[in-house]
Amino acid sequence: MEAIAQKIREAAKRLLSEGKVDVVIGYAKGTVPMREYPYFAYTPEEAENLTWSSFCCNNLALYTIRRPGRMAVVAQGCVSRNLVNLINENQFKRDDLYVIGVNSPGMVDRRKVQALFPGKTITEVIEEPEHLLVKGQGFEERLERKKVFRSNCLTCVQRNPVISDEMIGEVGPEGHGGNIDKVAAPWEKLVPAERWTEMQETLKDCIRCYACRDACPLCYCHVCFVDEAQPQWCGKTQDEADVATFHILRAFHCAGRCTDCGACESACPQGIKMRRLTSKIEKDIRALYGYRPGMEIGAQPPMSLFKPNDPQDFIK
Amino acid sequence: MSQKILAKNKLDAFLQGLCRDQDLFAPVMKDGKVGWAPVATADQALWDFSNTEMSPKDFFFPQTECMMRFKNVQGDPQGMIMQAEPALNRPRVLLNIRPCDAKAFQVLDLIFVQDEMTNDLYWRDKREKTTLIGLACNDPCPTCFCTTVGSNPHGTTGLDVLLVDLGDKFLAQALTAKGEALVGDLPAAAGGDEAKAAELKKAAEGKISGGVAMDKVNSREVMELYDAPLWDRVMESCLNCGTCTFCCPTCHCFDIQDETQGQDGRRVRNWDYCMSWLFTMHGTGHNPRGTKKDRVRQRFMHKFKYIPVKRGGEIGCVGCGRCVRLCPVNIDVRQVVNDMNA
Repeated sequence: MEAIAQKIREAAKRLLSEGKVDVVIGYAKGTVPMREYPYFAYTPEEAENLTWSSFCCNNLALYTIRRPGRMAVVAQGCVSRNLVNLINENQFKRDDLYVIGVNSPGMVDRRKVQALFPGKTITEVIEEPEHLLVKGQGFEERLERKKVFRSNCLTCVQRNPVISDEMIGEVGPEGHGGNIDKVAAPWEKLVPAERWTEMQETLKDCIRCYACRDACPLCYCHVCFVDEAQPQWCGKTQDEADVATFHILRAFHCAGRCTDCGACESACPQGIKMRRLTSKIEKDIRALYGYRPGMEIGAQPPMSLFKPNDPQDFIK
Repeated sequence: MSQKILAKNKLDAFLQGLCRDQDLFAPVMKDGKVGWAPVATADQALWDFSNTEMSPKDFFFPQTECMMRFKNVQGDPQGMIMQAEPALNRPRVLLNIRPCDAKAFQVLDLIFVQDEMTNDLYWRDKREKTTLIGLACNDPCPTCFCTTVGSNPHGTTGLDVLLVDLGDKFLAQALTAKGEALVGDLPAAAGGDEAKAAELKKAAEGKISGGVAMDKVNSREVMELYDAPLWDRVMESCLNCGTCTFCCPTCHCFDIQDETQGQDGRRVRNWDYCMSWLFTMHGTGHNPRGTKKDRVRQRFMHKFKYIPVKRGGEIGCVGCGRCVRLCPVNIDVRQVVNDMNA
C-alpha cells in the first residue's frame, strides 16, 4: 500500500509542478483510524499528504462535478466508472480530466472491523499486504483483509480503472471472487409483502441525514426531489412513508447508473445496508439490457434511451 | 449534597425503585450498536461502554414531534383550529447518561428556555419530567475532548445523580433534590470512596489527549473569524449532509411544517440542519447561506463563536466526539477549531 501511496504522491507532485493540472484529488490519512478522507492537493508540497490504504471509501468522482479547472483524480475501478458515467452524462469533458489510475486492493468496511471488537476502542490499524494489524486499549489482533472487505468490494467486477492517463502500480485482477447476483438473490425469493418487511427492517435506523445521497456521484441534481418545496414531493418527518419515499425514489434514480461503488453504505452514520436497495436494480439492468454502467465512454445509459426491441414483458 | 454507595449486587433493587412510577431508559447494545432503550433490570443496561452512537437529545427534542393537531375542514366551526398535543404523561429517568450529554442539555436550556417569550414548552415539559443519572467516564475515547470545552469525564453539570464506577461498587453523588430523593436511602460513602473517585477523575482527565484551544477564538472579532481563509479548505470535502448535526447533542435547528391527510391535520416539527441549502432558502429566492462554504462555516461559527458571544461564554460543543467519529469525510472539529484559533 505504502509503495502505491508513494507513487501517487510522485505523480501528483509532477502534475502540479509541471502545471498540467490545478488540483489533484486523492485521499489523505484521517484523524481517526479507518477513515481516510478526500483531499485536494494544489501544490507539490500538499501532494505529500496524499495516501492510499484499505480505507479509501469515498468516491472521488463526486468532487469533479461542477468543478472548474483542470483536475487529476486518483481513481480505482469504481471511481473511474463513475467518471465515465459523468462524461457520458455530459457533466464534463474527458480532456478536462487527468486520471491517476490504481488497481483497487479492495477496501475494508470499518464497521466489520469494529464488530469484531464489540465495546472496544480501536486506536490504530496498521496495513500489511494481506492483513490488518488492529490495535486498541489492551488488545492487538491481525485480521485477514479479505474477511473484512466492504461487501461491494467482495463482488467487484472492475478493480482496474476503465480509463486512466497514468497507471500507478500494476494492472491487477478485476474481481475478488464474490458473486454479485447473490446480493440480489434474497429479494427474489421474497413475495412483495416480505420484501416490504425487509425494506422496513433495512431502513428502520435511517435519520435522513442524506449522507448516502450526498456521498453519491450520481446525485448531482441542482435540487434533489426531497428538497423541492413547491410542490413538496416528500414529507419531512421520520414517518415510515416519508423515509421510504426518499430511499425508494433515490434507488430508482440510480437505475442503470449505479456502479456499486459502496460510497453510500460507507457514508451512512447508521450503518444501513444501502446496497440492499440498489443490488436488485443493478441486476435487472444487467439482465434486461446487458448493461453495466460506466464501463465505456460513449455508451448510452439504457434508462435514457428507448429502443424498439427493449424488453417490455414487465408492462402488464 | 450526599455521597452514597450503590453496591453492584443491589443494582436490580435500585432499578426497580426507579421504574416504579417512571419510565426508565439506559444505553443498551443492540445490533452491534450502543443506543438508548427502555430497561427494567440491571443486566439489560450497559455499565461499561464508551457512549451511545447518537446523542440522547431526541428524548427532549424528537427528530419528528407533533406539536398540535387540527381538523382540516374549512368552514367547519371546529375546523382549522389548533389543538394542543398532550404533554408527557409519565416522568422519565435516563440512567447512565454520560456527563458530556447532560452538559449539552444545560447548553440547550439556555437556547430553548431564555425568557417568557422564548420558552419552548415542548422542550421544557420533557426536561422538567426527566431525571438524569449520569455515569462518569473512567475511560474516555481518543475522540473525546470534553475537558477542553468546559465539560469533564466526571462532570456533574445538568445531572441529578452522578455514578462513579469504583470497581466493586458505584459512588452515587446526589446533585439535586431530585437526585437526593433517589439515592437518599443508600448507605453513605466513606472518605476512601470519595478519594478513589477523585483519583479516577484525575486519571480520566489525563486520558484526554487531543482537544481544542479557544483563547484566540474568544478574543478575535466575529468578522475576523468569518472572513478567515481556512473555510475555503474546510469546506472542500464536506458533503453538506446532516450527519454531524444529527448526531450532535447540542445541534438544535428545526423546521415546522403543517401536514394534512383528508380531514386530519397536524403541525409537526422536524430536525433541520445548517448544512442544507434549503434550511436558509427564503421565499424570495434569496439564500443568505447560498454556498457550501457559508453552510460549513456556520456550523463551527455557531458553536464556537456565536453561542459563546450570545450565551455568556457557554460553548455550543461538549466534546463528545461523535461528529469526529461519524463524519463520512472525516472533518474533525478539533482540527477546525484549532485552525480558527491559529
